[in-house]
Amino acid sequence: MAGIPGTAHEDIASRPGGDTIFSHVIRWLFISASLLFLAALLFAPLATVFVMAFEKGFRAYIASFTDPDTAAAIRLTLTVALIVVPLNTVFGLAASWACAKFEFRGKSFLITLIDLPLAISPVISGMVYVLLFGLHGWFGAWLQDHDISIIFALPGIMLATMFVTFPYVARELIPLMQQLGNDEEEAAMTLGAGGWITFFRVTLPKVRWGLVYGVILCNARAMGEFGAVSVVSGHIRGLTNTMPLHIEILYNEYNFVGAFAVASLLTLLAVVTLVVKTLVERTGYRRR
Amino acid sequence: MATLKQPTALKQPSVLPGFGLTFGFTTFFLCAVVLIPLAALVLMTASMTWHDFVKVVFSARALGSYRLSFGASFLAATINLVFGFIIAWTLVRYEFPGRKAIDALIDMPFALPTAVSGIALTTVFAENGWIGQYLVVWGIKVAYTWIGVTVALTLIGLPFAVRSVQPALLEVQRDLEDAAETLGAGRFYIFRRIILPTVLPALLTGFTLAFARAVGEYGSVIFIAGNLPLKTEITPLLIVIRLEEFDYKGAAALGFVMLVISFAFLLMINLLQAWGRKRLTSRVR
Repeated sequence: MAGIPGTAHEDIASRPGGDTIFSHVIRWLFISASLLFLAALLFAPLATVFVMAFEKGFRAYIASFTDPDTAAAIRLTLTVALIVVPLNTVFGLAASWACAKFEFRGKSFLITLIDLPLAISPVISGMVYVLLFGLHGWFGAWLQDHDISIIFALPGIMLATMFVTFPYVARELIPLMQQLGNDEEEAAMTLGAGGWITFFRVTLPKVRWGLVYGVILCNARAMGEFGAVSVVSGHIRGLTNTMPLHIEILYNEYNFVGAFAVASLLTLLAVVTLVVKTLVERTGYRRR
Repeated sequence: MATLKQPTALKQPSVLPGFGLTFGFTTFFLCAVVLIPLAALVLMTASMTWHDFVKVVFSARALGSYRLSFGASFLAATINLVFGFIIAWTLVRYEFPGRKAIDALIDMPFALPTAVSGIALTTVFAENGWIGQYLVVWGIKVAYTWIGVTVALTLIGLPFAVRSVQPALLEVQRDLEDAAETLGAGRFYIFRRIILPTVLPALLTGFTLAFARAVGEYGSVIFIAGNLPLKTEITPLLIVIRLEEFDYKGAAALGFVMLVISFAFLLMINLLQAWGRKRLTSRVR
């Protein structure tokens, strides 16, 4: 929603009573209150991440990434994102095609269900899988007999991440596709294009910016998820620690340079996410 | 006999193909990833006796965690209500250097992993931190107290509050404000009679969204909270502790309580948004 055009900039002096001392005082008060609030709550913590990461110099910062556990955490996070984001993207495309192109009973109920994970605490998102596959869960004994590990292993981390990031692509695409309508697709079909060709050549280009938007948000959340993954991971160093979990361990060991070094990577990821988001909005795509 | 309109059919006819495939895939995936696991939680809770359920859900430790989780979330959402409005107003109505950058940065708490904001806030607000060192002179301890929990939850909810109010403020008809002013209305009167009615549904939606998000928040809170039972232990943390003790039923019962409350919020948000839309359309006419 960055850069809403045509606001603020109307000539204030032309508005009746807009040029009094009082209005200047209010304006000054509002801007300084906003900036102070954001400085304390947002800018100071962001700056802290980098100050703490470089506290013992650039070399110590770089050295913290040579730690094998840190490298393993980064690899695991990338692996999880690489599996989860494409799956949720395919799901988002399928869900938006079903919900935006057709009228059927219970559609709004289905959309509510898709949005459900957003309303649920991340801890619960992880817990539901522990209740299913954990040692004392519904399928715990059976899984143990067959020597399959889901909880405290990659599949559990993947599932928990999938749950948390489930709605991101779908909720971006459904309203967009609904708004853009079906006229072009129907035209393509009557002209003899098949379903897949219509999808790839007509629909996908139409919604591409919304898709990019949804995918980057999904990715940011997938790489940064803490609560849900924390519950299912088991915190095994070098094996089931993702980057956010590794930050926690390093921080609790008072290895602040190491913790904030990993944190700085995730902060940069967040910055990149916001930059891509702003660029997408520049194309005229706006989030509803 | 089947007519062309098929009023009882599940799906209206369409030239476009792929309904069966996409609808089937969507419902299958939804069930596998979200609905069946959630059902496991409900079933696990249902397998408890009523007596056990009440004992877990109303234990002193659980009650203490609700008080902190809901109290701090309410306070944080209220702070966001006030500052969300102030920030949205500043971004919509005033031009100043760096406005666009700040507008983009409002989404930062949403994009930033919660573990990162957790350790960063704790460092800033610790007794020797950039801000904490000045507060401690006044006798205010933020980190490892309920104030710290509130600070973390305020940061998490901020984008929801600002982004709800911003579009509503754009809808305020400047002509009406100008007309009121030429007719001699005071600033406060204009605010109360023109601006506030337009943005009220958005303000309440932002408040509810921020509150709902805060209640379930875990990552950013556990670093800055002291995590002492009864005092600085949030409900999600208590659930994690129960799970680590392999007390699955206890954890499921607490999770069930939170789930029910989340659904109540979801319903409230939907009603508020419907109310907001209705008000907006009736005003345009």
